Amino acid sequence: MISARAPFLRTQLLRIAVPLAVGVGVLIAWEGLVRFYQVPTFLLPAPTAIWQAFAANADNLMLSLWVTLRITLAAFALAVAGGVGLAVLFSQNRLTEMALFPYAVVLQVTPVVAIAPLILIWVGLDHAERALLILAWIVAFFPMLSNTTLGLRSADHNLRDLYKLYGASRWQTLTELQLPSALPYILAGMKISGGLALIGAVVAEFVAGSGTSTGLAWRIIESANRLQIAKMFAALFLLSGLGIAIFFALTLLEHLTLRRWHESAVKREI
Amino acid sequence: MPSLLTLAPSLLTLARVGKTYDDGTPALAGIDAEIARSSFVSLVGPSGCGKSTLLRIAAGLTRASEGEVRWQNGARPANLGFVFQDATLMPWARVFDNVWLPLKLQGIARKAAEPRIMAALSRVGLAERADAFPRELSGGMRMRVSIARALVTDPPILLMDEPFAALDEFTREKLDDDLLTLWRDHGLTILFVTHSVYESVYLSQRVLVMGTKPGRIIEEVAIEAAYPRTAFRESASFHAACRAVSSALRKGVPA
Repeated sequence: MISARAPFLRTQLLRIAVPLAVGVGVLIAWEGLVRFYQVPTFLLPAPTAIWQAFAANADNLMLSLWVTLRITLAAFALAVAGGVGLAVLFSQNRLTEMALFPYAVVLQVTPVVAIAPLILIWVGLDHAERALLILAWIVAFFPMLSNTTLGLRSADHNLRDLYKLYGASRWQTLTELQLPSALPYILAGMKISGGLALIGAVVAEFVAGSGTSTGLAWRIIESANRLQIAKMFAALFLLSGLGIAIFFALTLLEHLTLRRWHESAVKREI
Repeated sequence: MPSLLTLAPSLLTLARVGKTYDDGTPALAGIDAEIARSSFVSLVGPSGCGKSTLLRIAAGLTRASEGEVRWQNGARPANLGFVFQDATLMPWARVFDNVWLPLKLQGIARKAAEPRIMAALSRVGLAERADAFPRELSGGMRMRVSIARALVTDPPILLMDEPFAALDEFTREKLDDDLLTLWRDHGLTILFVTHSVYESVYLSQRVLVMGTKPGRIIEEVAIEAAYPRTAFRESASFHAACRAVSSALRKGVPA
């Protein structure tokens, strides 16, 4: 057993160590090249300068991170609830699906940047955060809707017959057959949606672009205008870090939920 | 002429049953069949002859276009057992919970259902695997779980749609024997669909041979041999019965 386990652990370790080493290497090379060629800070700040800018503005940047995180999570939660809820409604009533699905597509294909000014005006310019929430939600909503719709339809037909045979109610069929069947699809949708909610929140803030919003995107605009490029990089790194954290959290959730039974989460002996 | 069948009223009667698909294709025509209580009847036929459709009509899953399905006590029993070609288990539920399903849908709580679930699992020899997930079991074991699920309601009849067709020969023979033991020990009534002539002759008391275009019953072959049939399988009369079914099958397929 130990001999079989050792290479597995080594692979896992390499999986973390290799990309980490690449990252550290790039940072060192970056630092060295910037110092050697004396690149001006407003073009490309060295990693140490970015760190200093972060340390100097930590309060301000962490507050902005919190604002962006809050909007992203709220938009994501509403997208999951709305997407799953509407998909369930669609699965129960074909007419509703026929009536509404095309409009969900319209919402999806219309670039969020193009609707942003309208939403801003509608909710009032002094409620920019609400507008950001709505815009991030629009971007994150559709993958949840379309994935859940597909998932609810993908329940095994023989199992459906079995439920019918034993006189299952619509509610039983939905909660005990269709929703569990749709779970892998819902989780895959959440991985897409989580990333999109963050992108939506940032894009919306760029478009809103006024001082009433104080998320990380606004920090980037502000730093760029003031030519504080090191601080801009610091905000950028925080954004990437947030995106990575969301992705890993959702991947973990997917793994924990499906590992016992779904093919996608099962390790195979080779 | 009074026969044994009229003396022991049949559990299930198919009278002039026909089915035409929505696109106008005739699938089944003029099917008459009687399934007596505690009998083992096979439906054998080439693929596309409508034998699965016939089974689904008997189960009430598909509506017949003509004729009628009559049950001894009037309505279709709510607890009839149905076994599909695939095990058709819920991958997210443990073996125990898969077998619980028919009872759960009738509103029986997990705790209250436990003795019946464990009894059904014992019947198929899987009581020890109650906590396993379906993917942890072999194909044959999954099929046993599927049979346990069909048996947990104490069904008056078991409808089986090519249940062992996807399994290897060895597992299939083992399950055939186990099914016969279950049938004899518990006085089950079984209507068994298969495309295997050997399986139908080995298992059943009556083989209904079906032809195609449209699907219809062209011949009925009675298999008189006593159970258990392990010796019968090697005998000349077994091969004679197989030949009889095979030649009937050939008659049913238009050239």
